[in-house]
Amino acid sequence: MMRFIEGSIAVAEAAALCRPDVVSAYPITPQTHIVEALAEMAANCTLDAEYITVESEFSALSACLGAVAAGSRAYSATTSQGLFLMFEVCFNLAGMRLPMVMTVANRAVSAPISIWNDQQDSISLRDSGWIQFYAEDNQEAADLHYLAYKVAEDHQVLLPAMVCFDGFILTHTYEPVDMPTQEQVDSYLPKFVPHEKLDAQDPISFGMLATPDYYMEFRYANDQAIQRSKEKIREAGKEFLAKFGRDYSAFVEGYRLEDAETVLVALGSLCGTVKEAIDEMRAAGKKVGLLKIRVYRPFPGVEVAAALKGAKRIAVLDKNISLGSKGAVALEVKDALYGSGIPVLDYIVGLGGRDIRKRDIARIVELTEKGEGDLFYGLREGVA
Amino acid sequence: MALSVGCTARPGKSRANKTGAWRVFKPVFRHDKCTKCGICSLVCPEGCILEQEDEFMIPDYDYCKGCGLCAAECPAEDIEMTKEEK
Repeated sequence: MMRFIEGSIAVAEAAALCRPDVVSAYPITPQTHIVEALAEMAANCTLDAEYITVESEFSALSACLGAVAAGSRAYSATTSQGLFLMFEVCFNLAGMRLPMVMTVANRAVSAPISIWNDQQDSISLRDSGWIQFYAEDNQEAADLHYLAYKVAEDHQVLLPAMVCFDGFILTHTYEPVDMPTQEQVDSYLPKFVPHEKLDAQDPISFGMLATPDYYMEFRYANDQAIQRSKEKIREAGKEFLAKFGRDYSAFVEGYRLEDAETVLVALGSLCGTVKEAIDEMRAAGKKVGLLKIRVYRPFPGVEVAAALKGAKRIAVLDKNISLGSKGAVALEVKDALYGSGIPVLDYIVGLGGRDIRKRDIARIVELTEKGEGDLFYGLREGVA
Repeated sequence: MALSVGCTARPGKSRANKTGAWRVFKPVFRHDKCTKCGICSLVCPEGCILEQEDEFMIPDYDYCKGCGLCAAECPAEDIEMTKEEK
């Protein structure tokens, strides 16, 4: 049913529709509305889940880890410093091959303190073994939860998944969102069948010691699992399309890519602004297009290269900076296009909630045409 | 050997895992100055030095990591640590 709701509420209700057995989270801006809503549902018995209140994000994700190990479907949500407090547990969930879904309401990281949006938090977890989705709008953010559980819990995958959506820009924004019924979600997302689980009658330990003789093989198996998730994302996306009419089977989405000479690459809500800017530039006769990356881990290098094949130049908009190097998305795109001769220029934009306007996108396209890139875009004069 | 998904293990894994392979120095029990006091068995962190029918002590080399505690504590100096070639 189409409803006009806040992004956080859409995500909280989507998480509830996935029938988690255990929810454990610690409130942190701008994720708070999500977990407030879930806590209220649990207290009102409209959500049949154990809501475990904890004293930190480390405990929140640890409680989820234990819950999944015991065979439960678990959910959490966090952002920024909270996600960093979960850092160790994130790697453990992936290594123990325990599937769950966590929402990340993307926010800048300290120091200096900023509660506003960029994508540094989840991007910094890119090596953790979690599948990472980035949503452009609230419809996509909500929908990706049903899909994420389905992919994560597949026995060919068995990995945790993050659904990332931009803090405030999406979390606190009201949009029309088509919310499915419980019956519809139940028909799409089957009950969680654990591969192994904690059982007092048949004891088992997870994530045991691996000596140098075997550690590399376990890491290889972990990498193979996330590579296999590509096929499962495709399948789950196609089934989602058949059931709900929205298509998430592709890892990337092109916008006006046909005959585009300059292609912008972006993740998340920024894509909406870029599309508007492209329409204006196209009307003025500029051949510009967008490649939106929805799945950042596993990185769809082949699909990115195929989509960008005909372009003359690429401008990557990174809402993160791998300090001492470049934006994390640009590095991946450059790798995907290695040997193609297509120049890839990186623009660090929108850190700590700095607005990215249509005229900024147009200005970046001009810079790209002049070959000026690999820079922080729009720095204040006299300060930087 | 197939790896377990998530590096899981059922109970008894420490028995199956022959940690004796980690050993660099091997304790050799001479049994000439030995007084059968049993101190080597008591101090062994692995608990792998067992009394035989003739009351002499013998380490289980499947699990002995070669820490050398038995040799250091043996009052009769009957145990010798020797470099092991593998």
